[in-house]
Amino acid sequence: MAWFLRKSKNINESSTHREMPDGLWTKCTECSTIIYRKELEEHAFTCPKCDHHFRIGSNKYVDVLLDKGSFNEMDADVRSADPLKFVDTRPYTARLKEAYSRTSLPDAVTTGMGTLNGRSVAFGCMNFGFIGGSMGSVVGEKFVRAGRRAIETSSPFIFISASGGARMQEAALSLMQLAKTSAILTELADARLPYISIVTDPTTGGVSASFAMLGDVIIAEPKALIGFAGPRVIEQTIRKKLPEGFQRSEFLLEHGFVDRIVHRKELRQELSAIIELLMGGRR
Amino acid sequence: MATNTTLDFEKPIVELEQKIAEMRSLADALDIQPQIEELEAQVEILRANVYRELTRWQRVQIARHPDRPYTLDYLTHCFDDFIELHGDRAYRDDPAIVGGLATLDGSPVIVIGHQKGRDTKSNLRRNFGMPNPEGYRKAYRLLSMAEKFGIPVMCFLDTPGAYPGLEAEERGQAEAIARNLFLMAQLKTPIIITVIGEGASGGALGIGVGDRILMLENAWYSVIAPESCSSILWRSWEYKEQAAEALKLTAPDLQSVGVIDRIVNEPVGGAHRSPVAMFNTLRAVLTEELKDLSAVPIESLVHNRREKFYAMGVWAG
Ligand SMILES: [Zn+2]
Repeated sequence: MAWFLRKSKNINESSTHREMPDGLWTKCTECSTIIYRKELEEHAFTCPKCDHHFRIGSNKYVDVLLDKGSFNEMDADVRSADPLKFVDTRPYTARLKEAYSRTSLPDAVTTGMGTLNGRSVAFGCMNFGFIGGSMGSVVGEKFVRAGRRAIETSSPFIFISASGGARMQEAALSLMQLAKTSAILTELADARLPYISIVTDPTTGGVSASFAMLGDVIIAEPKALIGFAGPRVIEQTIRKKLPEGFQRSEFLLEHGFVDRIVHRKELRQELSAIIELLMGGRR
Repeated sequence: MATNTTLDFEKPIVELEQKIAEMRSLADALDIQPQIEELEAQVEILRANVYRELTRWQRVQIARHPDRPYTLDYLTHCFDDFIELHGDRAYRDDPAIVGGLATLDGSPVIVIGHQKGRDTKSNLRRNFGMPNPEGYRKAYRLLSMAEKFGIPVMCFLDTPGAYPGLEAEERGQAEAIARNLFLMAQLKTPIIITVIGEGASGGALGIGVGDRILMLENAWYSVIAPESCSSILWRSWEYKEQAAEALKLTAPDLQSVGVIDRIVNEPVGGAHRSPVAMFNTLRAVLTEELKDLSAVPIESLVHNRREKFYAMGVWAG
């Protein structure tokens, strides 16, 4: 039996896969340009020279996308428990503790309400720096609560994905979050409220196989890795090198699985325009 | 068809059975019938003991036993009038997911399940039960048809995972699974899920959202296979037993955290040892579950299904 063919979640916690560090200057990982913090901020955390999109977390996306000072975080007190008492080479509780102290984030997702060009929106954004952006019970629960809040306030729902997949340490409970998050989107659809999915680097596994691919409109950032199986697992399966650009945003656009690829600097205006058009048909 | 595969922990049982068989061949010449009967009683006690104390990894092995009944076996033995329907109407027919029309106790149902092969040839054709996007899209089509005609759906989960292939990605494996989750969460007809063997990850859940989630006693269901979990978290393939323990992937484990509703008992020695007994048990359970669900108004059914999945997960605060 080809058990080695089985898909892994491709959660990588090595330092190269973390979000960009905070510092006075940053070296572009693609073109090696030294970029000063202020310049980086002005370019929405992309490289002014080569357009490389740095991996950023929820705090920076709030700044990039929402009206200044409009964001009210919700459910920050919803925290991961350890229902299965999971221990691999380290206990899950130790991994969580380290992630909290290293990132100062509540979990792999931040959710809340804010405004976008004055329009009220429910907003969620994943944090790849928190255990590989992995989806466990907390991500699922906060996604559902944000979706409900969108319905209660008749707001569109904007969600930014960045995840290696479901969180292994919560096993089947993590898997069920795929169904749980998809379920709230059916209610949002019944309420005829737009759900805009923004897919960023990387989005694979359980997150791609649920809410990331269910947007009324799906927008990808340039060159983001987006797929179900991770490239390494596919290479092991087919015993071939994958072609250049495989599973990147441009590849998904070509194959019909995302609507648009939008530069992060343009994202705010595009989002606003799309939402206004979709909401304009309501009566 | 039986491969007579013996799992490691079944060896003492098989050895004793072989001894009994030898004695039987001598029984005409010697008066040893009482000894044979005593050994037969012993073998049943041994089997019951072994199967009562299975480790999680041993259950994974039973779930993968090559003689274990697969979806088509259940479709032909628990149901009547099975008519297979093929294709996703877009790309091709995926033999790793089968489906069609049937009757259960006289009532029409739509049946869908992962399908593994029995030998090398059929396993290549069925891709070891690992679907491509067109398999999920065939399921989507059958699910939609079930809603249209008000026919209940029964899904059977048995896959080592959705296929991690190049073309599967090109054709949108993630989108195909996501689309099914979205449809099943609101489908206006009863859905009963049974995990009959391996329930690996999104590939299993892609046809696994329903009103009642049943699981055979020795099936497993989790976010990842123990070997892959071992390779990622332990950075070695050698820790599959520990991974299976950590993942808590058995039916009793999952019932205790609310992921499944009901455990369907297998015959002693596993479904592969007494398939007919297994078919009879499952037919009775499905008939009973369907009767209960048929009494629920459709609006409540969909509401309850969504609430059931909203309740899944454990968090603090
Ligand atoms: Zn650059």
